[in-house]
This record gives sequence, structure tokens and C-alpha cells, in this order.
Amino acid sequence: MNTISALAGVVIKELYRRKDFYVLFVLTALITVLMGMMRFFNDAKIIGYVKEICLMLVSISALVIAITTAARQIPAERENRTIFPLLAKPVTRGQVLVGKFLGSWLATGIALVVFYLFFGILSGSHENRWPVLIFLEAFWLQWMMLSVVIALVVFGSVTFSAPSANITICMIVVLGILTVGEHLNQVAMQQNQPVGSIISMIYFLIPHLEWFDIHKLVLFNQPPVPWVYCLLASLYALGYTAVFLFAAWLAFRHKPLTA
Amino acid sequence: MMKAKSASLTSMDSARDPEGSAVIQIQKLCVEYAGRGFGQGPTLAVKDLDLRIGQGEVFGFLGPNGAGKTSTMQVLLGFREATRGEAFLFGVNVRQPIARQRIGYLPELTYYYKFLTAEELLRFYATIFKIPRSETERRIDALLDLVDLGSVRKRRIRDFSKGMQQRIGLAQALINNPDLLILDEPTSGLDPLGRMKVREIIQRLKNEGKTVFFSSHELGEVETVCDRIAIIHQGELRVAGRVGDLVAKYHTDLEKIFLQIVGYRAESSS
Repeated sequence: MNTISALAGVVIKELYRRKDFYVLFVLTALITVLMGMMRFFNDAKIIGYVKEICLMLVSISALVIAITTAARQIPAERENRTIFPLLAKPVTRGQVLVGKFLGSWLATGIALVVFYLFFGILSGSHENRWPVLIFLEAFWLQWMMLSVVIALVVFGSVTFSAPSANITICMIVVLGILTVGEHLNQVAMQQNQPVGSIISMIYFLIPHLEWFDIHKLVLFNQPPVPWVYCLLASLYALGYTAVFLFAAWLAFRHKPLTA
Repeated sequence: MMKAKSASLTSMDSARDPEGSAVIQIQKLCVEYAGRGFGQGPTLAVKDLDLRIGQGEVFGFLGPNGAGKTSTMQVLLGFREATRGEAFLFGVNVRQPIARQRIGYLPELTYYYKFLTAEELLRFYATIFKIPRSETERRIDALLDLVDLGSVRKRRIRDFSKGMQQRIGLAQALINNPDLLILDEPTSGLDPLGRMKVREIIQRLKNEGKTVFFSSHELGEVETVCDRIAIIHQGELRVAGRVGDLVAKYHTDLEKIFLQIVGYRAESSS
């Protein structure tokens, strides 16, 4: 565990010593604040739109941080050759993968906390309501969803040779799941065989990332979802995370590393 | 702590070196690379290599570029699996990560996390070896002083010169107080002062009874510091023995022995 936490610590240090996170945060804050200052047609419900845009920016920023951070870990270790002094120590490749995953996930979590704090302050100061519980659930579920995404990206990073290819493919897959994932079974029913069966199979195989999205409840000030659903969703995310990390380990464990 | 680790190393009967006492034991090692082009067969980088290095030896592993030195080191360090044969460190098969508990490794070029400071980098590697915190700080102080980087301990590695990066590399290789140090061209790219420092450190480790296994193209340096050498060419071990014995046998210096073994003919003599 020492090794894994040390590896994760290096990933976190790298994130806060790079400029990516600060740029994304400043952009999100700037766009949201500017939107909040505008008055469209004297619409009193403008805060709802601002909240929606802010949440969308938070989701996109967190996704970008998660994917780009996780995608560069193993390729950067190989490209900069830092993997050699590392693996020359009593460290297994499995520990490297788990450490990189954990570091990317925690780093993304830290970024997400900052984004949600900003969103909470923005929303609370305009509406004079502080629904902490639903914000907490939204944060937690999004973070859990990102664990699946990060594990998928770590798997991609040991499969694809170029990080850019991995980032592009993972981004398309994740956005595809988030937008059309829940409709795949309906699409399957309208298709002839065997296309229908194949689409159904995809529907049942993919991780349904859209299930973790409760932004509409946050927007319309709905009551929090029961914690048991959060727990089940967390277990679902952990299951897929474990599957992707196991696949990454299978792909990486015997891979020759050339100096 | 280290004794406990040693005990756990020797208790691993499943992967023991049959003779047990060598620090490095290589038996019939073959490393094959798959052909890259269509219809291209595999390339044998190392052929049936046998090597045995004992406690306290300074061993020079020599050969021209592409001879198989790096492939052999990659197997020893677990970067690559042997196609055939076995290799052991302290009697433990190199396929087991615990085999690397008592070794230090300095790569040919410097490969470290550039966003970390010198002391953060050493602390990171110390954590991997599970060295207690107070001991870690003591070792960091001592190692940074040893490699003359004490004054820049809080500076990020990205701001280090090449020589400084090589020295921090040496410090990280020594963080676990290793019983075996594997150095891949340790003086490559270093100025004369840096080379002298590396030589001093190798000598110091030798005096402490540690084993040093290193590859180098600096034959004068090898002659100065090594007890024994091995010359490998086209994947095969051509010669191995004590430096003095080889010089006496061939009636010439190490450089000429090396050139003779790798089949070099000077243009004027052809």
C-alpha cells in the first residue's frame, strides 16, 4: 500500500504543479461569473440557466482533467523513461497501474471538490438556499463515474501507443455512452437481426455512465436521492473499475519495456 | 529491517538459485526479439549466457553497441522476460519483484520526475523501500551531501544540469543502501569531476563489501575499478576473468584485448 500511495502522491503533485487544472478552473469561473452578471430579457429565472451552464462546464472540465491526467501517466513514464528506475525497485507492474489510477482519481476528485465548492457558492449566494446533501450526492456520483472513466483510460494507455489516440477514443466512447447509452436498447428493438442483438449486447456490456448524472435534481432543487441508490451506483462503478484495471494489468504485465 | 527482508528473500524456495551464494547468477540466458518486418525472423540478442558474480566484486560488463549488454541488464531488472534460461539476484528469480529489494540501479541517461525536487524524489523512492521516515531524512541528507547536491535539495529536477541529474540518479540508486549496484554506463556524459566522483563512490562501495555490476565503454575506467570483467559480442560471452589475468594472458592492455575480441581491424593494417 505504501508503494501505491507513493505513486498516487506523485500523480497528484504533478497535477497541481501543471497549469491545466488552473486554466480550466479559471475558464469555468470566468464564464459562469460573466453569465451570472448578464440580464437576458429581464428573465428572473436566469440563475437556472447559469447553474445549468456552470454544471455543464464542471462536468466537461472534470472529464477533461480525468481523461488527460490518466492518459498521460503510463505513456509519459515510458517516454521519459522514468519507468526504468521505478521498476528496478521492488515494484510490480500491477502496483504501478493501481498507483497511477488512484493518483489520477484522487487528483480529479480534488479538482472536482474545488469546482463544486465554486458552484455551491455561486448557486447558494443567488438563491439563498444551501442544499448541501444533493450537492454532496452529485459530487460523489460524478466522482464514482470518473473512476470508471479513469480505469478505462488507464487500460487504453497500455493498449494504444499514442496518448492522443487514447484520449480521442476514450473521449468519444465516454461522450457516446453519456449521450446515447441509455437509448441503445430502444434502438436495438427497432433493428433487424443480428444488428438488434449486437446493439442489445453492447447495451448490456457498456458501463452506463449516464446513471450517475443527477444534475437535473440539482438544477430543479429536488430532494436528494436515497443513499442506498448511491451505494449501489458506487458498487456498480467499482465493479467496472476493477474490470478495466484487470484488463490493463493483463495487457501490461508481460509487455517488454525497451530502454 | 533489511535483515528481515533478507530472511524473506531466502525463504522463497520456489525460485532459488541452486548454488545459492552468488549475488548475480545467470544461467543459459537467451533473449530473443521478434522480427519487425514481414517475414523477418526473430533476432537473438543474448545467446546462452552464463555468468556468476560473487559478493563484494566490482564487475565490468563490456561489449560493443548491440552486443546484448542492455538486454541482459533488462532481464536482471525485470524490464523484459528471458526467452529461455534463468537469472537470479541474491538467489531469487528476477521475475519476482522482491529480488530487487537489495539492489540500486542507475540508468545510462537520467530519467526522473522533473516536477519533483531533489529531496522529494529521494523521499518517493525511500517510501517504495518502506524505509522509516526518520531514517529516510537521515539518508537523504547523507546522500545529497555525498553527491554534492545538498545546497539545491529544494530545486526541481527540471532545473538541474545533466551532471546534476546524473548525480541525483546516483543518490536514488543508493537510497536503500543496496548490496548490489547495477550501473548502466554511469560516467556517460559526465565531466572529469563527475567521473571521478562516480569512481570514488564505486571504490567506497567496494570497500564496504558491496557488489557493483556495471557496463561501460570507458575501458581505462574499467581497468582501474574492476576486479573482473566479461566481454560479450553478438550476444555471446567471449571472455570473462580477472582484469590482471586477462592482461597477462593477452600481453596487452584491456582496450587492445577488447578490440581483438570484437574482431576490430585497424584500416592501416588491412
